[in-house]
Amino acid sequence: MRKWIIVAFVLALVAGCKSAEEKAPVEEGAPTATAPAGTPGTTTSGATTPGVSGTASGPYSPAALKDPNSILSKRSIYFDFDEYAIKDQYRPIIEAHAKYLLQGNTDERGTREYNIALGQRRADAVKKMMVLLGAQEIQIETVSFGKEKPRREGHDETSWAENRRVDIVHAGE
Amino acid sequence: MRRLLFAFSAFALLAAASARGQLTIEIVGGAGTEVPIAIVPFENESNWPLGGITGIVGADLQRSGLFKLVNDSGITPRPYRAEDAKLGDFRARGADAVTVGSMRPLPDGRVDVRFALLDAVKQTQLASMSYVVAPAQFRATAHKIADIIYEKLTGDAGVFSTRIAYITKQGSRFELIVADADGANPQPVVTSNEPLLSPAWSPEGTRLAYVSLENRKPVVYVQSMATGARQVVANFRGSNSAPAWSPDGRRLVVTLSKDGGSQLYLINADGSGVTRLLTSPGIDTEASFTPDGSAILFSSDRGGTPQIYRLTLATRAVERMTFEGNWNVSPRALPDGRGFVFVRRDGGRFMIAIQDYATRQVQTLTPGPLDESPSIAPNSKLIIYAAQQGSRGTLAGVSSDGRVKQRLVSPAADVREPAWGPLPR
Repeated sequence: MRKWIIVAFVLALVAGCKSAEEKAPVEEGAPTATAPAGTPGTTTSGATTPGVSGTASGPYSPAALKDPNSILSKRSIYFDFDEYAIKDQYRPIIEAHAKYLLQGNTDERGTREYNIALGQRRADAVKKMMVLLGAQEIQIETVSFGKEKPRREGHDETSWAENRRVDIVHAGE
Repeated sequence: MRRLLFAFSAFALLAAASARGQLTIEIVGGAGTEVPIAIVPFENESNWPLGGITGIVGADLQRSGLFKLVNDSGITPRPYRAEDAKLGDFRARGADAVTVGSMRPLPDGRVDVRFALLDAVKQTQLASMSYVVAPAQFRATAHKIADIIYEKLTGDAGVFSTRIAYITKQGSRFELIVADADGANPQPVVTSNEPLLSPAWSPEGTRLAYVSLENRKPVVYVQSMATGARQVVANFRGSNSAPAWSPDGRRLVVTLSKDGGSQLYLINADGSGVTRLLTSPGIDTEASFTPDGSAILFSSDRGGTPQIYRLTLATRAVERMTFEGNWNVSPRALPDGRGFVFVRRDGGRFMIAIQDYATRQVQTLTPGPLDESPSIAPNSKLIIYAAQQGSRGTLAGVSSDGRVKQRLVSPAADVREPAWGPLPR
């Protein structure tokens, strides 16, 4: 039941911004030629020199929806008197709320790579239902963490059940 | 009291290894038919008390599970040259083979290291070598000598000069570490606050491919071991994972979900030229090239349960390889071309197994319960894999005939995803 409420909530958001979706930036999948070696939170080094120690926290914050610096914390679109045209300044807010990430997860049993594929399949299954209910394919990216980011670290059925899960988050969250 | 002292010094040694953060490898089950070998300390070796050679040679051989060291104390004078060795004395102590050698300092600070391997049974010389090396190269020289001894006495290439990669997790910190095959000289090459997985050595051993979740999803990178610089190889919409190198080192097979589902794609090592290999309704993943590069083993649930399949690249023909049990994944092609190692689930236990192409016979090599990520030594004789001990991830080793068992002890909270590097070129 709770899942359905979440899905309905997402669909309401999706339906609310149909006009924005046509030009919504699509991640085209072209690989970046070179990545900076120093993505926040990750450092690399060669095998002949001692490694450099790590840096600050991860590249994103799950608290983005409440972070006043994040566009996702802005959820109201304002209008001029007697108007219904959406002002340019609000477009980024609408775009940010029109892209979703479905994150598939698995319990710890099974191999790491096979679980990446299994988590992917779970995320794809949720996406399929969303699309069936009217969401647009282009708005939803499905990814998998496999068993790499368990919410519960235990080795029992309660933990496993919690970890067999798809999370629905904003793409910028 | 003496026993206590011994226990204490053993503990101190272990603690010293732990302090350096390195893996230590212990034999927990031998082959049963170990070759007895006497390794006589080299002439002048005690001049370098911290950096000797024969101790490392002996440790290498013993750790392989295929040799047992014969005590040579009491044989006087100690022989240092082949012609001085009275092989009857060693034979009397049960040795089938003997090594002798010398270390002679040169004026420029380097050392002339010579050694000979003798067959005590047939009273013949099997090998002799000389190297001029700096003291910093003593470890590498010892591994090379151990490789020669191993090859002469077993008929297989030695893998003591190779390197391994593995991933550690300490709290929320992940490290991809490269170390010598005996666990010495561990060096972190990636440090991240997000999970790392699936390291894979390029065939020439100069690059590592791996998957990182630092950008909120699995992305495949290739990193140079010389410079530490890395490149994104696959960062498409969806998940990007399971990199496997082609034997020529120019391409990888990766699992991408960009077109829906988890499917196999060929991609150049610089991320260009992505080509889809197959179209299946289910999961296709965990590719592994056969050593001649003509085929790919992979796991797929196209038949209902996860099983291992072989794709012949020239014809795109797909053949199912595993039929025993309802869950077989993570195929790794044996470098000798005779079969593959994989993970099977039976009765809720995940175990490492090996299958022969010709006979289709399956042998389960490990007990489980959560064994995974097998990686095969370049001589096809030893498999390193990840196991669970309590709630802690550890590494373990098993010979491909299942007889020799090793435990790799690490000070890190959690060790996983081992990858055995190629033979040095």
